[in-house]
Formats: sequence, C-alpha cells, structure tokens
Amino acid sequence: MSWGTLYTQLGGVNKHSTSLGKIWLSVLFIFRVTILVLAAESVWGDEQSDFTCNTQQPGCKNVCYDHFFPVSHIRLWCLQLIFVSTPALLVAMHVAYRKRGEKKDIIASQGERSKTNDLESLKKKRLHITGPLWWTYTCSLFFRLVFEAGFMYALYYVYNGFQMPRLVKCEQWPCPNKVDCFISRPTEKTVFTIFMVASSATCMVLNVAELVYLIIKALMRCSAKSPPA
Amino acid sequence: MNWASFYTVVSGVNRHSTGIGRIWLSVIFIFRILVLVVAAESVWGDEKSQFTCNTQQPGCNSVCYDQFFPISHIRLWALQLILVSTPALLVAMHVAHRRHIDQKILKLSGRGGAKDLEQVKTQKFKITGGLWWTYMISIIFRIIFEVAFLYIFYLIYPGFKMVRLVKCDSYPCPNTVDCFVSRPTEKTIFTVFMLAVSGVCVLLNIAEVLYLVGKACARSCQDSNPEPRGAWISNKFLYKVNEPNQIKSLFQGSPIVTAAYCNHSQ
Repeated sequence: MSWGTLYTQLGGVNKHSTSLGKIWLSVLFIFRVTILVLAAESVWGDEQSDFTCNTQQPGCKNVCYDHFFPVSHIRLWCLQLIFVSTPALLVAMHVAYRKRGEKKDIIASQGERSKTNDLESLKKKRLHITGPLWWTYTCSLFFRLVFEAGFMYALYYVYNGFQMPRLVKCEQWPCPNKVDCFISRPTEKTVFTIFMVASSATCMVLNVAELVYLIIKALMRCSAKSPPA
Repeated sequence: MNWASFYTVVSGVNRHSTGIGRIWLSVIFIFRILVLVVAAESVWGDEKSQFTCNTQQPGCNSVCYDQFFPISHIRLWALQLILVSTPALLVAMHVAHRRHIDQKILKLSGRGGAKDLEQVKTQKFKITGGLWWTYMISIIFRIIFEVAFLYIFYLIYPGFKMVRLVKCDSYPCPNTVDCFVSRPTEKTIFTVFMLAVSGVCVLLNIAEVLYLVGKACARSCQDSNPEPRGAWISNKFLYKVNEPNQIKSLFQGSPIVTAAYCNHSQ
C-alpha cells in the first residue's frame, strides 16, 4: 500500500473531471507526491540523528528536538496529500451510484435482451457534471481547498513561517541552562519547504479556477434553459 | 506478501458489500493503512535507537525500552488492521461456495455452456438468506476485534499521550534512571489520529449492522409469502412453491428436462 495505489484509485476519477481537474491531479502527483517521495524524504531522513546540541546531558537532544519539531514537515505533507486527494473519492462514489442506477434502468427496460454492448458502453461512458453530480463535485472542490489551506496554515503556525533556522536555543529540562542546538541541512529544507508550499498554492489556484469555471458553466446552462423575458 | 497484495485480496469482497461497507473499506485503506505505511512507520522508525537513558551502564537502555514498550504501536496497529479486515473473507468464501453450487446446478441442468458459467462467475449476489447471516457475523467480528484492540492499547499504554520522560529502575540500571523517548509529540498526534479513525470505523460497522437489520425487517414485512427452504436455489429456476416433484427430481440427480423449468414470465 503506497502512493501508487492511491494514484490508481484517483486516476479512475480523472475520467469524470474537468480539464482543470486533470491538470490539478497531474500537478499533485508529479510536483508533490513524486518530489516528496524521491527528494524530500531523504532531506528530512536524518533530521533527528543529525540534530546536535551543545551538551553532553543525556536526553537533552531528544527533548529539544521534540520541543522544536512537534510534527515533522514530511508527515504534515503526507497527511495533507492524503486528505486533499480523498474528496475526489466522493465524486467516484457518486458516479458509481449513478452508473448503477442507469444499469438497472437498462436491464429493466430491455430485460433479457439487454446487450452486453450497452452495458459495456455504460461502463466506459463519461458522465457530464450536471445536476446532483455538480453539487458533489463542487463540494469535493470546496473540501480540497479547505484541507489545503488548513494544512498550509498549520505548517506556518507550527514553524513560525517557512524558513528553517540553523540554530535553536533550548532550555527544556533536563538541558542545563540554555543550550544551542543545530539543525541538519537547514537551507535544503527551506528550499524544499518553499517548493512544496508553492505547489500547494498552485493547486489551490487551480481548484479556485475550477470552482469558478463550474459556477459559470452552471449559470450559462441555467440562462440557456430559461427563455429570455 | 505486503499491504498491496493484502489490499487486492480484501478489496475483491467490495463487490458484495453494502454502500456503508465500501465506505468502511476505503476508510481502512486510505486513512489507516496508507497513513501507517507512509507516515507512522517513519515516526516510530527510530524509537529504539533514539531512546536515550541518562546512564552509561550497558544494557540499561535495552532493558528500560523493553519494560516501557512491550509491543510497539506500529505492530499493534498492523495486527489490528489485519485482524479487522479478515472477517470480510468469510463473505468471500460464502460467495465462492454459492457460485460453485450455481455452476454445479447449471452443469446438471445441461446449461453449462462457457457463457453461462462466465455469467455465474461475474454475478453479484444480493445480501439475503444465508449470505445475510455470514455478512452480519463478519461485521460483528470486525467490531469485536476493533474494540478488543482498542482495549489492549489502553491496557498497555494507558492514556493517549506519549510521555517525554520515563523513570526506570530495572536491573541493571543503577538506582532510578531518566530515559527520554524520541518524538513524543509526533507520536501522540499519530496515536490520537489512528484511534479516532478506529472509532469512526466502529461507528460505520454499527451503522451497517443497523442498516442490514432494518432492511431485513422491511423485507420480511413486505414479503407476504413465506420463503420456502432453499429459496435461493428455487429462485434461480423460478419454481412454483406447489411443485415439489420438480424439486425432488433435481435433488435426485436425474437429468432435468427443459420442459420441467418453470416459465420465466413468473
């Protein structure tokens, strides 16, 4: 079970997404998941083992590390990516439900004579984002935005900004008085943090654009349906 | 064998689940197994190497770690996830058994063409009769395993908070020694997360039980005709209830003549 399985699950939803949704999925998997797995995880790999404090007091390093890094960037990003990908499954469930209804209709209307062709073409059919599916899709976009923003804010709040300092001063027990602790690879971490935050912002912009596009399409459909006064 | 092959095995049951069952399966795989594999395992990865005791006494570190962490959270969660997902295989076995019987009946009746057998293989069964009981039992076992593991977790690690410091006085540690746990806050966050999702899964299972019981009650209220024994077999051939001879000849193994089939217009 890994990112690959999640990708397969979401790839199925891709068929019913708008073009912006497809771009969003590509940005998510190429610029965020792949970078996380291939690059960021090795940058943060030695975050605790190479976190050095200027003391011989046993336990001081552990305590200071825990005080300044309550939750690691990598874990926050993993959770963010999982939560952000999940609303798309709402759409997948709705599509599956609709297709099941249509399949029942076909079998009911044609009975024994329902051809396998019809059922197969139903399986591959792409549903238009109208009616209740529009609402489900819009809700899923909204949740995506909320999760993205929530996690970005959490990262900013926990680490007071996106820059990783070189040195932190720690005075937690059992450290004697005040102790200097040095973080491993701070510049590389800052670079990747800014990269991930920028990708996250791009995804948010794509989601907002998709939301606006869907609303405009719905309004156009409404005005086309209702006859001009 | 890894989580991916486990996923393939368990998700095969998905076809015969209720809607709530599918949501439960998605929650298990996305919010528990995936989070365990991609995030939690790296948090607990250095739990022993970074467990530091304020002593130079050899062996004290190992002994204290063993005393305070008899079984790691990660291993407990892995066991929990495996045991909780396994009752779904009861349903898969029941479905396979039914399909086997169906295929046998088809072959006996002379309709055992490749196309018909294929149709039996891909047929989706409704959750009625014996399958309903199997499904209910599997959900009840799921609930029992979840709650049992939550209780075991509470017994071994009372409270959900991971402490920063533990005081250890097991031999060979001299007197009482301070030992510091690695990443306690991050571990607390993930512990709370995994327990919360476990609670959500228990609620989904309870909801599914209520849904199935409700559906069964509704069905028995609507059904004015009492179902004959072996109803699911007779439903296949739409036998009339007042034609016991046809059913008798079926079970005696004599070749079934096409004329013996009930009219499908029923």
